[in-house]
Amino acid sequence: MSTKSTKTAVLERRQVLKGVGFGALALAGTGLASREALATPEKATEYLAKMTGGAASKEGRVTVKLPEIAENGRTVPITISIDSPMTDNDYVKSVFVVAEGNPSPEVISFTMSPAMGKAEVSTRMRLGKTQNVRAAAIMSDGSVFTGTKQVKVTIGGCGG
Amino acid sequence: MSKKPRVKVPKQAKAGELIQLKTLMSHVMETGNRKDSKTGKLIPRQIINKFVCKFNGKEVMSAELQPAIAANPYIAFYAKATESGTFDFEWTEDGGEVIKASGEITVS
Repeated sequence: MSTKSTKTAVLERRQVLKGVGFGALALAGTGLASREALATPEKATEYLAKMTGGAASKEGRVTVKLPEIAENGRTVPITISIDSPMTDNDYVKSVFVVAEGNPSPEVISFTMSPAMGKAEVSTRMRLGKTQNVRAAAIMSDGSVFTGTKQVKVTIGGCGG
Repeated sequence: MSKKPRVKVPKQAKAGELIQLKTLMSHVMETGNRKDSKTGKLIPRQIINKFVCKFNGKEVMSAELQPAIAANPYIAFYAKATESGTFDFEWTEDGGEVIKASGEITVS
């Protein structure tokens, strides 16, 4: 009698645990779904075009440095460097950084000046998943250059 | 919530030398995409949205930050040493609060 009741109790607890487990899974599922309004390569391109005033851009002069594989997307070091003499007559005016697979494409933008001496900035960013990170630089003569880097992400870092 | 800025400015440099400036701001950088695990409600966005560095009053570099920047935003960049003076750093939080820090350099 007493053994039987213990057995039921154990079963009940298991069932309860199972139920909780599924509940948590379902919750996690909806959480993901609500965050699915993601940036796309097209959205990133659109944003860059808007920021650079629709000027024709060329690949090159902009280097985006990110690790090949980011184990933790919560904080990933990124360095953007632009090949420019940074003199009063020839310098980088601004830089826009976008991510193709985060909740929204914009990451950070910089307004630079010849006082920097070297057009290179480093920061740390969040990455939701494996994706391309792109940067566009507007030079003092109005020309636009871009650079891209793909980064593989093991654990995403946007949201919960 | 601590919002402590830290900056690293070289104390001395030669005229024309390239120096690296490093800044780190303690801040959660709440994205606005996260849900409270208890209430299920979205946690409102609260980030540092702007960073400015000036040398002797003149802007060297500024940045507009988005929620894609990691918590405790770190920004490192360069400046050309021209004369002795002060680098002033300013971070602006959503809601308008401004946090400041500065560092001095002697240029020979």
